[in-house]
Amino acid sequence: MRAFTYERPAHLDDAVALLTENTPDGARVLAGGTDLIIRLRDGTLRPKVVVDVKRVAEIDGSIREVGDMLRIGARTTMTDIGADARIRRDYTALAEGAAVVGSVQIRNRATLAGNICNASPAADTSPALLVFGAVVVVAGPAGERRIPLDAFFIRSGVTTLASGELVVAIELPLPGVARGSTHVRRTRRRGHDLASVTLACSVSADGVTRIAYGSLGPRPLLRVDETGVLADAGAPETARLERLEAMFAEASPSPTSLRAGPDYRLAMLRILGLRAIAAASGRLRPV
Amino acid sequence: MSPAVHIELTVNGRPRAVEVEAHHTLLDVLRDDLALTGTKECCLVGECGACSVLVDGAAVDSCLMLGVEADGTAITTVEGLATGDRLDPLQAAFLATGAVQCGFCIPGQLIAARAMLSLNPSPTRADVEEGLAGNLCRCAGYEQIIEAVLAAAGAPGDGTTAQPRAHDAHRASDPAATPDARLAPQ
Repeated sequence: MRAFTYERPAHLDDAVALLTENTPDGARVLAGGTDLIIRLRDGTLRPKVVVDVKRVAEIDGSIREVGDMLRIGARTTMTDIGADARIRRDYTALAEGAAVVGSVQIRNRATLAGNICNASPAADTSPALLVFGAVVVVAGPAGERRIPLDAFFIRSGVTTLASGELVVAIELPLPGVARGSTHVRRTRRRGHDLASVTLACSVSADGVTRIAYGSLGPRPLLRVDETGVLADAGAPETARLERLEAMFAEASPSPTSLRAGPDYRLAMLRILGLRAIAAASGRLRPV
Repeated sequence: MSPAVHIELTVNGRPRAVEVEAHHTLLDVLRDDLALTGTKECCLVGECGACSVLVDGAAVDSCLMLGVEADGTAITTVEGLATGDRLDPLQAAFLATGAVQCGFCIPGQLIAARAMLSLNPSPTRADVEEGLAGNLCRCAGYEQIIEAVLAAAGAPGDGTTAQPRAHDAHRASDPAATPDARLAPQ
């Protein structure tokens, strides 16, 4: 690994200053490190400074209610997310997605914030975060701002995070109406693998179905059905399938990926979509 | 060369003070600076689990963590599982079931299994499979490994905060006496 300077700021201002002084590519944020250290080692990233944000006072690993949002600090790991009783109950798809990221060893280090900043189209937490309307809380030279997650992803590895900015927390709106949710995916093998299709779905009592899917194009996509057709198991099959096709119209799996061919991914997307709607509907519960 | 960083940590119950290069991983520090070569270097991308160690009781891939990040933590490596000449029940079970073939992955398997059992002392087979999903065995000895972990479950373990070995106890009591780590493998 190429040499760099390691900084472990105690305050957010210092972290932002370090990132700002070393823009655009001279500094990288280190949280869990499970993506960053691989890229430092293979030389695709060559920062002068690595800024470890785990001891920044304003960045914590807590999961707590703030106003009408559930706030997940940027130090929160996948293990923490998967084990949190409230996330398992009210944001089930997120707990399920976090629980299949990498292995136990990876989940003990990898953070939710790092997962979205890495912006892999195959990230298993992104679909659930999109379904639940996550908002990314960002600090930077101009102060704090909030970016809806749907406006955060651009393409693989690229986000709307500006230079000098870092993620402080991720916020989820508290559930308003009764809903159920699930995360499903396909991998080449059971156990530790990247997803060929990763999908989250929520169905709420007002008939709205939200589906987000990844590993089917340069970024995960969120689509919402407000017609009530998808949530209605008694609706005509043709109408439901037609609606589902419309939601998947912009899926564009890579023809060159080694994990799975485009036809397989698209076929699995439809199957997983239907299964997820059924599972989420079965979990409909009042808040 | 990046400037060396002074870190203090506990390794297998023994306080250590080390000057580490900022760009060296915890795996580098354990193997090269502390001469604890039980922890194996293999894929270096977090796929194989051969470098697994416990950091404050949690299993992590030490190839994906900088040494400097271990400042202030308590690390347990495979060398810290046995107590004196007494093997950890997991180690004994691995031997008894023939789970060790070439042996290269075994330190990581043991660490992952120890972490899993400390959270879930009575695992199902599925729990063991999931708990060890991050550890590859190129000899494909998975059946015997799973069998060993299930056999060890319920047998009393020495937990994740392994105590120093008897012959190291005098050093552990005096961190200032920590000798040159390169000359003093545990």
